[in-house]
Amino acid sequence: MAENQFFIDSNKLSEAALEKKHRLEQDPSSRTDHMEYMEGMERIDSDILARVIAERNNYNYEDYTDADVRRALMHETCSVENFKALLSPAAAPHLEEMAARAKEETSKHFGNTVYIFTPLYIANYCENYCVYCGFNCYNDIARKKLTEEEIEKEMDVIAKSGIEEILILTGESRSQSSVEYIGEACKLATKYFRNVGLEIYPVNSDEYRYLHECGADYVTVFQETYDSDKYETLHLMGHKRVFPYRFEAQERAILGGMRGVGFSALLGLADFRRDALSTALHVYFLQRKYPYVEYSLSCPRLRPIINNDKINPLDVREHELCQVLCAYRIFLPYVGITVSSREQAHFRDGIAKIAATKVSAGVSTGIGDHEDKYTGHEVTDAGDEQFEISDGRSFDEMYGDMAAEGLQPVLNDYVYV
Amino acid sequence: MDEKKKDTFTLGGKEFTSRFILGSGKYSMELIRAAVENAGAQIITLAVRRTNTKQGESILDHIPDGVTLLPNTSGARDADEAVRIARMARELGCGDFVKIEIMRDSKYLLPDNSETIKATEILAKEGFVVLPYMYPDLYAARALVDAGAAAVMPLAAPIGSNKGLAAREFIKILIEEIDLPIIVDAGIGRPSQACEAMEMGAAAVMANTAIATAGDIPAMASAFKSAIEAGRAAYLSGLGRVLERGAAASDPLTGFLRD
Repeated sequence: MAENQFFIDSNKLSEAALEKKHRLEQDPSSRTDHMEYMEGMERIDSDILARVIAERNNYNYEDYTDADVRRALMHETCSVENFKALLSPAAAPHLEEMAARAKEETSKHFGNTVYIFTPLYIANYCENYCVYCGFNCYNDIARKKLTEEEIEKEMDVIAKSGIEEILILTGESRSQSSVEYIGEACKLATKYFRNVGLEIYPVNSDEYRYLHECGADYVTVFQETYDSDKYETLHLMGHKRVFPYRFEAQERAILGGMRGVGFSALLGLADFRRDALSTALHVYFLQRKYPYVEYSLSCPRLRPIINNDKINPLDVREHELCQVLCAYRIFLPYVGITVSSREQAHFRDGIAKIAATKVSAGVSTGIGDHEDKYTGHEVTDAGDEQFEISDGRSFDEMYGDMAAEGLQPVLNDYVYV
Repeated sequence: MDEKKKDTFTLGGKEFTSRFILGSGKYSMELIRAAVENAGAQIITLAVRRTNTKQGESILDHIPDGVTLLPNTSGARDADEAVRIARMARELGCGDFVKIEIMRDSKYLLPDNSETIKATEILAKEGFVVLPYMYPDLYAARALVDAGAAAVMPLAAPIGSNKGLAAREFIKILIEEIDLPIIVDAGIGRPSQACEAMEMGAAAVMANTAIATAGDIPAMASAFKSAIEAGRAAYLSGLGRVLERGAAASDPLTGFLRD
């Protein structure tokens, strides 16, 4: 199978830094044990990781037949076995039927609505070396952390566009973007938005509780891949390297009082069928343990980054992505499904009518450049972006396009209590 | 005509002639007015969390005058949250009616009866006209009566499922045993199912998803209106004999009696 070439050397790195980088890339023994918790990382009593990995290891998708897929589509509810069939290659010829079934389930649970939100990156400093990510600590990009005044200015510009739900993101650097700093951003966000979500480095449950008290109520953490051996070769340095601590982030967020949690694998990093199975089972097992929590899924594919425009999602074409999203919807009819601006407009418009319930609009993955993008007023010191987006539609354009697809755009369906 | 005029039901001291409570979630606000008019609805539900939006400030503009707003507490996971959302609704100017929805299950969205009873008691004491959405359990319904509910709203089937009167037998028991209006809520997928609920003696029917996901929303609202009226008329006229308890013998068993 084809592989992405992730390693890029910046000529701005010192000899010593380059040497360390190369050692991490080439010598596995120079890397820490990715299954060992680091100091200060909370451990919780949970068997969910073990259950997800056991199912993943036993999943041989080539074994599923056309008959298994037909059976899965006939069942009123979708069992784990049915779901495995729907994710298998045998389901590919049934994509249209899967889409019809997915549409029916979406409509039962969400009617004709589609939610619109925007992400706001407040800092792109990062202490991790994740080889596929534009924010990785060795990548030569313009770094920036917004001050409180700058955050407020960005929020003001975004809120004026009409958006009411915001997702606050940072690079993963505790020293640059402390929990308190993020908490202050949440407090500001509650002045401008009705609904505040977070996509930050994983923290302990008491820190999630603090952020919840600051106004955030949703936490999204991408596991990237649930193949721990592959994970180890992609996340070479930093706290993100610790696979189980990241896996348990959503559960700690729930224990910290968050209303909802989001999940995702980044498709294209490893075997996408097994990663899709693992992501959905991560939700499924947690839902059985914490039935009152709201769950959501995203399904991003790899994108090019600054200094490496060749990164691509390999075997995950739009057809495969659509199959995964339909299977998610049929297996977990009640979860929110977000499709980000990593995908192109035609795909997002189409999938919003089948399975997706949430789309982003007016997106920038850079730091502090909303004013530039929203008003044309030039910003000279913006921080660089995490990845290249594929759908640059503004809020107004997205609102209009979704309505034109026969969907009711919803800006908020939430109240903080 | 006079007979028909008298066929009203009362909630919180207000009389209603329409027995169709319309949901406003899951579809375009621009269609609300048409749906209300075609449904002939006098009560419309409104999720507080949906109105909690700048966009939603206009929801109220789309609701015709004279229609009673029934804000609901969807999103509440326990009594405390429901109470807070109800108070918010009052502050938003939605009036004193409130439909309590408390769900602690994000998959099936089944109501939690014990938390619902607690919230009903608190809100009834605060002067709200409380309409609790509940799982059709007789003991819980009695507790809701004691807690001060203005009506009881049992689910017919899981919300959004369009499965119709899956809880038929238990709703019948509530209609028989509870002296408050029984309003059948959730799971009604077709006009015929709404009609059947009314034939059984329900005071009113509430529907949302069935209408929101119809191809022609106002037309479906109108179809529900007719079905609910037909069901009500059948109930009032006294249904003809339905052979629910087996066939009747043509030779009467008591034919031997002489005096």
